[in-house]
Amino acid sequence: MSHTLEKYFVPEPSIYPIFGSVALLLFGSGAVMWLNDVGPGPLVFFLGIALLIYMMFGWFGQVVKESQGGQYGKRVDLSFRWSMGWFIFSEVMFFAAFFGALFYVRVLSLPWLATGENEAVLWQGFTQEWPSSGPYPYAEAFTPMGAWGIPAFNTLLLLTSGVTLTWAHHGLLKNRRDQLAKGLLATIALGVIFLGFQIYEYFHAYSDLNLRLDSGIYGSTFYLLTGFHGLHVTIGAIMLAVMYFRVRAGHFRPDNHFAFEATAWYWHFVDVVWLFLFVVVYWL
Amino acid sequence: MAAVIPDQLHDHHHGPTGLMRWITTTNHKDIGTMYMIFSFVMFLAGGVMALTIRAELFQPGLQVVEPELFNQLTTLHGLVMVFGAIMPAFVGFANWMIPMMIGASDMAFARMNNWSFWLLPPAAILLIASFFVPGGATAAGWTLYPPLSIQMGMGMDMAIFAIHIMGISSIMGAINIVVTVLNMRAPGMTMMKMPLFCWTWLITAYLLIAVMPVLAGAVTMLLTDRHFGTSFFNAAGGGDPVLYQHIFWFFGHPEVYIMILPAFGIVSQIIPAFARKPLFGYASMVYATASIAILSFVVWAHHMFTTGMPLAGQLFFMYATLLIAVPTGVKVFNWVATMWRGSMTFETPMLWATGFIFVFTMGGFTGLICAIAPIDIQIHDTYYVVAHFHYVLVAGSLFSLYAGAYYWLPKWTGRMPDERIGKLHFWASLIFFNITFFPMHFLGLAGMPRRVPDYALQFADFNMLASIGAFGFGLSQLIFLWVVIKAARGGGEKAPARSWEGAEGLEWTVPSPAPHHTFEEAPVVK
Repeated sequence: MSHTLEKYFVPEPSIYPIFGSVALLLFGSGAVMWLNDVGPGPLVFFLGIALLIYMMFGWFGQVVKESQGGQYGKRVDLSFRWSMGWFIFSEVMFFAAFFGALFYVRVLSLPWLATGENEAVLWQGFTQEWPSSGPYPYAEAFTPMGAWGIPAFNTLLLLTSGVTLTWAHHGLLKNRRDQLAKGLLATIALGVIFLGFQIYEYFHAYSDLNLRLDSGIYGSTFYLLTGFHGLHVTIGAIMLAVMYFRVRAGHFRPDNHFAFEATAWYWHFVDVVWLFLFVVVYWL
Repeated sequence: MAAVIPDQLHDHHHGPTGLMRWITTTNHKDIGTMYMIFSFVMFLAGGVMALTIRAELFQPGLQVVEPELFNQLTTLHGLVMVFGAIMPAFVGFANWMIPMMIGASDMAFARMNNWSFWLLPPAAILLIASFFVPGGATAAGWTLYPPLSIQMGMGMDMAIFAIHIMGISSIMGAINIVVTVLNMRAPGMTMMKMPLFCWTWLITAYLLIAVMPVLAGAVTMLLTDRHFGTSFFNAAGGGDPVLYQHIFWFFGHPEVYIMILPAFGIVSQIIPAFARKPLFGYASMVYATASIAILSFVVWAHHMFTTGMPLAGQLFFMYATLLIAVPTGVKVFNWVATMWRGSMTFETPMLWATGFIFVFTMGGFTGLICAIAPIDIQIHDTYYVVAHFHYVLVAGSLFSLYAGAYYWLPKWTGRMPDERIGKLHFWASLIFFNITFFPMHFLGLAGMPRRVPDYALQFADFNMLASIGAFGFGLSQLIFLWVVIKAARGGGEKAPARSWEGAEGLEWTVPSPAPHHTFEEAPVVK
């Protein structure tokens, strides 16, 4: 029977997934050993990471080759679009767990600790305020991170990087390769500067503000939320760097460049997470 | 390359052979088979844990295992059955059947599909090996509530990383299924023409993508509370152990439907086939499935009625939960209406499917009873709850998996399942299941707490009965192994393409066993 549906690319058997599985087994068991001081934890852990990186190079390299070889077509392109959207949705839900914890603590658990029997019997004199390291009386005092220094500047950096990335995308669409490469470089640079400030901020928090991971619930939510965001900026910057090298290698055409778009979607997602972070972690 | 193979039913497998074939495969049928074998192995492992628990509970007093090991067994039994047995089994069905049902050549991302499966053995290794490390496996219950889970030994860390790895596997598998269903349908296969199994899996996959990351977040907070000094679940630092319960059950309640919606899908394929009538109320089935999925996000705190909640919260979560009975009722009535005046026969798959309706509905009713806050305060953490969720998870999910396995076994192996032995398997399972779990309702109403290795003398008789039933049930499952091995080795009657007289759908248009590649040229659905 004849029809117009184009053939869908189904890859040949691949050795890469099993490398990834062994890598995560080493990663997980290495982390467990390391955390519990049993056996050669760090060695196993970093071996896992090395294997994971090897797997990604091989696997993604093959995907790039297949894409450049013109094997994907419109249907695979649409699959990639759907899947990137759903992947970003899963990331949103991951952050939602940590934002949810922050809201729960600020709206419910701190007021509960400061009223009724909790206050009368367990934690006398504890008052509800934010930031808080909780009612434990021996907690060391810390200074919360202000919003209008580095964090505000970082907000500006990330927003600007969104603009430069869109400028690069316009360059790609109009086949101005120079604009594309410059825009990508600028975006990567802004991301790296952001990360640099973030690292500096952590040093500052630890050495000057006595704000640490164990500074009660404020330290917990502050470091986990900003830390996972920073991790995502790092991943996004690496993705952008890969896009830059692919651009230099002459990849992407105005009508076929989903890898670039997916990276852009991811970068904007990371950007939006930061805006929420800035408002509820640093500012309010 | 897979490109341009004119033969529609081209059967030979190419690529690596032997073990490497299974490690490197990108074929949805191979991967589906691996999922199912893995899940059955884990089912047996979790079953051995369950039987050890029941052996200990055969009589009051401590006879077989130490209380510490008993708690490890209840914890790992739950984790292994949920993440190792039931979920991968349904993913195996999805892999085998969805591409064939919608006329696709394979899953949308065949290589990632392989990785989704091969992440499971590492996770299983971490879970099972945790029994043998200092301090043993985590004994905090499968829900891993703090502060208990904060105090556990390194077995807890192994469980955390196992959950992370299984979460990655689930998310990738779910994205694959969503994209396959949305983008790989054959021309003419509109969404509302899809077999209901594809619909239920589409919605299940959406739930998985939405909540597995939340579980990952929850166990990550456990990890940092355990090792890095954070205070998420520590009231002294301003956190709250109850916070963990909220986050966990925000994952956990949709998770419950992740394990039952595909079961609804399987049963909705089988009942019409053996009633020889189209499914009654197809559109309402789709809407009911979607409603259950949406409601599942606003009912989580019904697991926490006794942990402290404002009255308004209790009322909200109680009414929201009771609301779920409406779409679920729609489904049950639709199945019954499908059978109404049908030309019914009761081959093994149909026995399992009808058995499913009876026993699952009982589990649904006890769910309503648990959902009523004032009653739940009496029965929370008693054997009544254990009875309830085994009625929906064993008699619900597992029975539907068996129904599906007997139904599609001819398509997988090319041989009809042995009817006589299959029926024996069904009746033995149904009877022993009820002997095991029905008395637990009475135990729970009388106040016997769950997760305790010893109990008061007044509970002795029902516990002995439940233990006898459990061993009978456990042994009955080996019958299934025999049926599958016989069919896989080519024993029994040869199956025609349409293996059951009333079976409808694209999967019955290809030969039995299904060739290695199907629908490389998409069929046209009118």
